Amino acid sequence: MERKTNINAEVGKQELVITREFDLPVELLFRAYVEPDIVEQWMGTKVLKLENRPHGSYQFETSHDGNVVFRANGVIHEFVPDQKITRTFEMENSPFPVQLEFLEFEKGPEDTSKLNMHIVFRSGDYRDQLLKLPFAQGINMAHNRLQEAASKLR
Amino acid sequence: MNLRRDVFQAIADPTRRAILLLVASQSMTAGAIASNFDSARPTVSKHLQILTECELLEQEQDGREIYYHFNPKKMKEVAEFIEPFRKMWDDRFNKLEAVMKKYKTKKGERDGTKNKH
Repeated sequence: MERKTNINAEVGKQELVITREFDLPVELLFRAYVEPDIVEQWMGTKVLKLENRPHGSYQFETSHDGNVVFRANGVIHEFVPDQKITRTFEMENSPFPVQLEFLEFEKGPEDTSKLNMHIVFRSGDYRDQLLKLPFAQGINMAHNRLQEAASKLR
Repeated sequence: MNLRRDVFQAIADPTRRAILLLVASQSMTAGAIASNFDSARPTVSKHLQILTECELLEQEQDGREIYYHFNPKKMKEVAEFIEPFRKMWDDRFNKLEAVMKKYKTKKGERDGTKNKH
């Protein structure tokens, strides 16, 4: 399958760039970032607040079995419809400091579009730790499955 | 006692990255590698030792000389580290695309064939 999402994380830098091409007109791509019920569908998180304007703020929350497992918030600095969103992003109750995100939406040929997400971290180490996060979670999940399987054997 | 070396720690250093780039094109002796840098020879030796310990470089004896060559397999592990993160975003964006395609159709229905559903 075609690899549409690219991550560019140069060694030793404190930033990374995520790019993705969409088979969607740029207006629809932008809308996916603006309407709370749509954000909830693809991000898989509850949107508590989403104020789409400069100096507006947002807050996301994810629950699992009735417990809040993830909460993030940020402030929107720039909001230009169908073009760009500049915002901060911070995971609550985590050791990770706030990060700065530049989201650029580009119109592509025909009904396609491109998203350029440039994230700046407090340090290169924090960036690398965040990159390793899904990897670490994957290991934990595999480990849990192993334990489940093992406990059934007993 | 040597601490176990972290590949990420190894490639975080700019001189070590330059060494890897150099050796990636052809195997070289420690002396030949050192001649490319202003750093003192023991400093370069220390970098080579770290890169060898984390298996980014491999040593090969050829007569009296030891040649260092690049281990691409280890470098691939670094790329694979990022892969789960990329996959996470790829899954999210695939979902976004699928969700928005429904809106695309709905919009078409509203604008074009108003009386059908």
